[in-house]
Amino acid sequence: MLKQIEGSRAVAEAVALCRPEVICAYPISPQTHIVEALGEMVKAGTLAPCEFINVESEFAAMSVAIGASAAGARSYTATASQGLLFMAEAVFNAAGLGLPIVMTVANRAIGAPINIWNDHSDALALRDAGWIQLFAENNQEALDLHIQAFRLGEELSLPVMVCMDGFILTHAFERVDMPTQEQVDAYLPPYEPRQVLDPAEPVSIGAMVGPEAFMEVRYLAHAKQMEALKLIPAYAAEFKAIFGRDSGGLTHTYRCEDAETIVVAMGSVLGTIKDVVDEMRETGHKIGVLGITLFRPFPLEAVRAGLKGAKRVVVLEKSMAVGLGGILSTNVRMALSGLHMHGYTVIAGLGGRAITKQSLTKLFLEAEQDALEHVTFLDLDWAIVNKQLEREKAHRRSGPVAENLLRDIGVVAARNY
Amino acid sequence: MFQVRIHGRGGQGVVTAAEMLSVAAFDEGRHAQAFPSFGSERTGAPVVAFCRIADREIRLREPIMAPDALIIQDPTLLHQVDCFAGLKKDGYILINTSKTFDELGLGEFLRDWPPERLCTVPATELALKHLGRPVPNMPLLGGFAAVTGVIRLESVIKAIEERFSGKVAAGNVAAAREAYAIVKAEMEEALHHA
Repeated sequence: MLKQIEGSRAVAEAVALCRPEVICAYPISPQTHIVEALGEMVKAGTLAPCEFINVESEFAAMSVAIGASAAGARSYTATASQGLLFMAEAVFNAAGLGLPIVMTVANRAIGAPINIWNDHSDALALRDAGWIQLFAENNQEALDLHIQAFRLGEELSLPVMVCMDGFILTHAFERVDMPTQEQVDAYLPPYEPRQVLDPAEPVSIGAMVGPEAFMEVRYLAHAKQMEALKLIPAYAAEFKAIFGRDSGGLTHTYRCEDAETIVVAMGSVLGTIKDVVDEMRETGHKIGVLGITLFRPFPLEAVRAGLKGAKRVVVLEKSMAVGLGGILSTNVRMALSGLHMHGYTVIAGLGGRAITKQSLTKLFLEAEQDALEHVTFLDLDWAIVNKQLEREKAHRRSGPVAENLLRDIGVVAARNY
Repeated sequence: MFQVRIHGRGGQGVVTAAEMLSVAAFDEGRHAQAFPSFGSERTGAPVVAFCRIADREIRLREPIMAPDALIIQDPTLLHQVDCFAGLKKDGYILINTSKTFDELGLGEFLRDWPPERLCTVPATELALKHLGRPVPNMPLLGGFAAVTGVIRLESVIKAIEERFSGKVAAGNVAAAREAYAIVKAEMEEALHHA
């Protein structure tokens, strides 16, 4: 059924269709609307049987999800930003224990400085925690990926993070096709745990493992993640058969046939990039897009196949590896081992900085001329950067950077418009 | 694609207005995307929300920098925020006020504008009259339907009735209808004088 609703609401309704049995959450913007809506459904009895547990922190949210999942309940939670970092230890534990929890991460920057806006720093900080990580391009895909996430996680006995851009998607009203309960039931079988705490057949989960077997347990976690590379395309195909649309999968290419320049990105910025690519194609530029839906496990072969014929790759990412450059681009580069092509890293949209068509067009034209630096910070305000650098040179006690920069640009309160 | 930017203050239902505009467009079978400018959710603080309406899927995620239409929910913002930034030439402007554009000091600035695209409506007063609360967003959507013709008044009413119920729905519908009529009359007068 077509609906015009907020992204968070769409995800909440999709999660409810997946019949979760335990939802625990500590609200943090911008995912608050998701768990708020689920809480209302549980209270109203429209989502039953399901227990909604208000916890005292994100650490507790993931810990409760771990307990519930180990006891055989389909478990869900959502978080973002500092909340994700606060639960980090439990996030690693959920993966290490092989518990198929599904968690929405409404992507947001990490402080300091304090910032509530979108980028991918939160999810990518936990890229090696052992969770499967999927990134949604729009709200339709966000809701579809949640349905696939339960199926995938439960089959592999691995937790799955569904990442959607905070505010940009979570707070956007747009058209989505909400599946029916029958469709979701046909796609997602009831949860059959591969391991479960059952008083009738007592086992322990979470033993201490020493050097004699720790590496083997870790290897098995890696091997299991790699299985997802085979399962995900199959599940996406099955999803299409039932729901009638392409959603999920490893990567998606757009206008890449004969493309000399291919832009790689994740999440909602792909839409803006596609619009730019359409305009550039009209004037004869050979440019295409490769969108990464699955970030962990990283689909090396699919990325390599998608980029193979190109002369250059521009990886545009909403994250950065301080002291190195990009995170996504480092992963993409691994897929290109042995291929001869120019590779550019573009850091963009950090902390909610708008990524505009105008800036992208200029950027891609420069890339086509191979006139880009290896690492570019899109739309960086060099004036305030240089002013601060001068200040630091001139005075040892030059003051806090964030406050200095705000004073330089005369901003009274944070804004993005 | 038709792009609308709504300026107002926290508490005036700016974000709701953009959302409901998108619902009204959706009800007409069109694609629509509404989103707020995030981070300024404080009562009285300047707030901006956006709505795009198109006949195909909307993929663009940048803020609306070159709007086709502006809705200004609070005229005191005119002296505080650059509400007109990027407005397309001959774009539509709808302001919540009982004053004229001249009285607001905008006469000279908009001298070459098509007069039938410059409309004002006392939306706060209409909301107080019909709803008993000074929330101007729904009457402004009624006025928007009149001045732009991009959506029908019936779609605005349908969106109101889907979102609200009882007295709130009825009051907002009445306010939107009256705003529509006021703006229609203004446009006719402008065309008559032109």
